[in-house]
Amino acid sequence: MRAAGDPVADVAVVGAGPAGLAAAAEAAAAGLTVVLVDAGERPGGQYWRHGPHDDGPPGGHGRRTFAALRAGLTRTRTRTLFGHQVWLVQRDADRFTLHLRPAHDTVGPGTRALTARSLILCPGASDRQLPVPGWDLPGVMAAGGVQALLKGSGTLAGRRAVVAGTGPFLLPVATGLAAAGAEIVMVCEANPLRGWLRDPGGALREPAKAVEGAGYAALLARHAIPYRTRTAVTEIRGEDRVRSVRIAPLGRDGRPRGGVRIEVDADLVALGWGFTPSLELPLMVGARTRVDTDGSLVAVVDDRQRAGVPGVYLAGEATGVGGAALAVREGRLSGLAAAADLGRAVDEGRVRRLQRAVRRGRRFATALHTACPVPPGWTDWLEASTIVCRCEEVTYHDLCHAARDLGARDPRTLKMLARPGMGMCQGRVCGFATAQVAAALTGRSPQAGDLLALARRPLAAPVALSEIAALDETAANEEN
Amino acid sequence: MPPETPSGTRRPDGGHPCRLSFDGRTIHARPGQTVGAALVAAGVVAWRATRAAGRPRGLFCGIGVCYDCLITVDGRPDQRACLVPAADGMRLETGLPGRAADARGR
Repeated sequence: MRAAGDPVADVAVVGAGPAGLAAAAEAAAAGLTVVLVDAGERPGGQYWRHGPHDDGPPGGHGRRTFAALRAGLTRTRTRTLFGHQVWLVQRDADRFTLHLRPAHDTVGPGTRALTARSLILCPGASDRQLPVPGWDLPGVMAAGGVQALLKGSGTLAGRRAVVAGTGPFLLPVATGLAAAGAEIVMVCEANPLRGWLRDPGGALREPAKAVEGAGYAALLARHAIPYRTRTAVTEIRGEDRVRSVRIAPLGRDGRPRGGVRIEVDADLVALGWGFTPSLELPLMVGARTRVDTDGSLVAVVDDRQRAGVPGVYLAGEATGVGGAALAVREGRLSGLAAAADLGRAVDEGRVRRLQRAVRRGRRFATALHTACPVPPGWTDWLEASTIVCRCEEVTYHDLCHAARDLGARDPRTLKMLARPGMGMCQGRVCGFATAQVAAALTGRSPQAGDLLALARRPLAAPVALSEIAALDETAANEEN
Repeated sequence: MPPETPSGTRRPDGGHPCRLSFDGRTIHARPGQTVGAALVAAGVVAWRATRAAGRPRGLFCGIGVCYDCLITVDGRPDQRACLVPAADGMRLETGLPGRAADARGR
């Protein structure tokens, strides 16, 4: 629990990825006392992930930005707490209390708490997944997880890989694996992606993104990586691990074209269908939500990243998936806004420039979302026995049964009757797919309420009952 | 204030490979690898069985979100292998994490 005399910070920043580091830097530069918390062992988040003995992330976009932000933490004497996850946020009259526990128990016991007058939440996102027959076999991984193994541990997840899903993120995953020595059998991109790099409405106003895209094209060519558009993995085969992958072309309606498919041997399948923002903390503090252009549930903010709840700001993927460059801009803006709201003088011209940059980044993100939708007919590749919820081992058949025979019309009822999203991950992996399946089974498109049903979590991380019971003790001690 | 790290963390031995035991077998880890990465590098792709169907599971999300990669580390059940840094002498055991979780009253 909180040590006696632990000071109340002006602002607590949760998440030390691009958004959180930028938010902490701006808030500290404006004279606020800042505490920065992250579940990871070191700053960087997923995008700037690196090993403990690395100087920083291995090359790539924004490496200098990362170095500057990290140096800023030391210079401004920002208080940091790594390796800890926030599992509960409580709000009192004039402060927030963050309850934290170690990300793993090998660091010894310890729920602890921090208090702050305002809160900047930058929780990031994880790979969005669509179930496919065999996706629970060992050797099938989230594309971001494959990348994390490479960047954080220098470990290849497999030797012969298929990278599949949609979106530009598949490119660095494939080229990263190839550069580390894996053979890439194929990159399967579900969408046609006609000219998204040349899109005059988006890419040209984000020159760095266009250059990045061109760089990946060159790398694909250099490693002779087959890149197929309008193609999807429709079945993963093996007994105790992945042995082979069935690949099918998709028609204009996004459904696998019957009869045409190939089977290739592989020991690794990296799957990514865009990203799911982590919303448990924004929802816990009362943020409102909407469905973004990529179909993900995101939190609503105003033009200063305010969540509509006094003292709460959100930045990065939680407000709409848009990548690291946009996250840094939103982070900076949120730090300035928090400082201004606590009475510090901030450069309003800079605020307006950042607001313009955020809008520009958002337009680019929207163009990408539009180019990389989840294929509308993806549920066609599900079989009755396909696992949808990996934790509770709920199959597509179980969901169909609950919907058709038991009358479940929405994800909440589906969850009660068939248990998707009731396991350890609390729907983080299957929530999007379950909402989509529920909508498909009832002949409609998913609404915010469908996604919300599997996104709300009373606690943001599993804790022991004793830790919850201890909350009362803390409250009692603080009153004394 | 310098960066605060969790007290008692066993840091990966800087620059030196470390040895872990995995159900009695010796696994080598490079500095900086997580337990999950060390297992995958040693050719182990699954280290638990699901409660209902007994299906093998290992790393999936790789970033602490999915809880598929649970493993017992030095006697502590239900640790996410993708998050725990490998350390010299660490004892890894497979098992049935669901049972352990039930016993803890989750």
